[in-house]
Amino acid sequence: MNTPTIEQQILNAFLQVAPDVDPAKLKPEIPFRDQFDFDSMDTLNFAIGLHQQFGIDVPETQYRELASLAKTAAFVRSALQQDGKRSTGPAAT
Amino acid sequence: MQPAKTTLARFSPIEKSLRTVRAANLWDYEAMCRHFSWDQLRADLFDRSDDKMNIAMVAIDGHAKLTPNKPAVRFVDAEFTRTELTYGELLRSANRFANLLRLVAIEPGAVVASLLGRCPELYSTVLGTLKCGAIFAPLFAAFGPEPIRSRLELAGARVLVTTQHLYERKVAPIRSTLPTLRHIFIVREVAEGELPHGTQDLTQAMSGLSETFETVPLSADTPALLHFTSGTTGKPKGVVHVHDAIVAHHASARLALDLHPQDVFWCTADPGWVTGISYGVLAPLSCGVTLLVDREELDVERWYRLLAENEVNVWYTAPTAIRMLMKAGLEPVKRHTYPALRLIASVGEPLNPEAVMWGMGAFGMPVHDTWWQTETGAIMIANFLSQTVWPGAMGRPMPGVHAEIGRRRDDGTVEILAPNEVGEIVLRPGWPSMFSGYLNNEQRYQESFTNGWYFSGDQAYRDEHGYFWFIGRTDDVIKSSGHLISPFEVECALNLHPAVMQSAVIGLPDPVAGQVVQAIVELRPDYAGDDELRRSIMAHARRSLGAAIAPRGIDFVVSLPRTRSGKIMRRLLRVRALGLPEGDLSTLEPSA
Repeated sequence: MNTPTIEQQILNAFLQVAPDVDPAKLKPEIPFRDQFDFDSMDTLNFAIGLHQQFGIDVPETQYRELASLAKTAAFVRSALQQDGKRSTGPAAT
Repeated sequence: MQPAKTTLARFSPIEKSLRTVRAANLWDYEAMCRHFSWDQLRADLFDRSDDKMNIAMVAIDGHAKLTPNKPAVRFVDAEFTRTELTYGELLRSANRFANLLRLVAIEPGAVVASLLGRCPELYSTVLGTLKCGAIFAPLFAAFGPEPIRSRLELAGARVLVTTQHLYERKVAPIRSTLPTLRHIFIVREVAEGELPHGTQDLTQAMSGLSETFETVPLSADTPALLHFTSGTTGKPKGVVHVHDAIVAHHASARLALDLHPQDVFWCTADPGWVTGISYGVLAPLSCGVTLLVDREELDVERWYRLLAENEVNVWYTAPTAIRMLMKAGLEPVKRHTYPALRLIASVGEPLNPEAVMWGMGAFGMPVHDTWWQTETGAIMIANFLSQTVWPGAMGRPMPGVHAEIGRRRDDGTVEILAPNEVGEIVLRPGWPSMFSGYLNNEQRYQESFTNGWYFSGDQAYRDEHGYFWFIGRTDDVIKSSGHLISPFEVECALNLHPAVMQSAVIGLPDPVAGQVVQAIVELRPDYAGDDELRRSIMAHARRSLGAAIAPRGIDFVVSLPRTRSGKIMRRLLRVRALGLPEGDLSTLEPSA
């Protein structure tokens, strides 16, 4: 089995929160809010999902980094680099 | 029933300095309550020999004449660029919209709906609609197509003002089911494609129309505003307010929000709900302030920067937003100073004492909770700037408002309860912004009153100092992020999914949103309740209802618990979801 890419894992976390979105139509560079309904509670749940997926914490002041798929991927990459770890499973917390 | 007071009153009261007291519009609460008169204020505001009025006369016409160059609204975009609309400019654009409505033969009493974010056109739409005597009805832009359809249908709306993006996603799919909806005006951003069929570009439609319009004088009881709210059962309720409501908007803005004409005022509420119109547009404009309008969504660092850079004097926000800010800690607050900030107030759901105290740590002042409902139209109970704040208390009644804790007796009379007894918040009709009806539902309107008292559905008690303390709702209505959500409306949407036999929707406690919507679903035979199906049902609900009211979680059960009469027992489901012993059920039954 192939290891899922960071983008795939982010997409999984995203679809847990917003399963109404067709991943094929999701434009990575465009903010979620400009493409479909995605409110602040969704962002909060998305941040929790990213924590479960990657073991990274997203502080409230950084929620704007989760505005689009591309921004989220960049944020996750840099957070993982800082942590010096690459977790593919749920966080060991 | 005696309240468990120790759980609420666990913080010391916050006293106000003499300087704060002296500078406040309401500085002697008891004296103001004794002398306040709605009739006097109405006469001061309108000063007409014919007893006619119009909200727009107070909200825009008067100020545009006296201070045409004063900024009425200051918009801030994503890059913090400011665009200001003066009272004079706002009047002219409202006049053009009123002339447009007249041009397309919208007569007084017709409903003009908006499905808009905080854009400049929103303000001219509200005021232009009121000026020509039509009824303004705002819709929440995060609703999905189905809630929008049912509300436009109930309203019999003739005109809708929206954006191209919102139209294509949410209105186009349901347009054919709304025969009374004749005109759709689109607020267009540059670089949007072809105009959708059957709609008109708002800017083009208004071009060439006159910038003058004589505001139509109306009797005080003429309907002006239509707001939608939710009950436990049945369809959404259309709550009607009359032009006289502006008298209560204005009084509460001055006394409870302490607005002075030189203030910069920031109301963070969405313009799709009653707060966003009453206190996001009408009440503050009636005081002649400058409104701060953020075009973006909540962002912790952005909000503090906005407060500081715009020298906001009075800030009216919501518990969910405050709890989001609290989660980020005090460090981002302390990057700025806020010398202009005088009052922080909150509305939407009960403000927990920790959130009141957070204001002390962050800004050196408590957050002042206020209480009111769509039906009351304006603030009824408030913590006033000059008065002691008991963290966790809702405050005391507005001058001119007679609020009590009451209980319906079996014989149809009302018992007014003594201090510290838990009952329902009841209000004596007579304040100007009391709703004048539920649209097309006179029976439900009448049921809201018993023996000359309006029953609010909110349970509370009043302490020996006269402060009200919130206990809970008397019904199953869910309050999530300040939005009132009908479990019935969500269940109806869920039941349309092919796998769903029946569903029940409850609110579960949430540290940020207050409550979150949770669905418990009984599946049709041959369906397995797995993760894939859960996602499929959630996707269906979000598409139909919108993200704001669709369930955030779904549980499957073999069969839903019902009463003998077949009614789903939401309370039992809530007890089970919270892991409480089911023996506790009796204490959760409504006391009424």
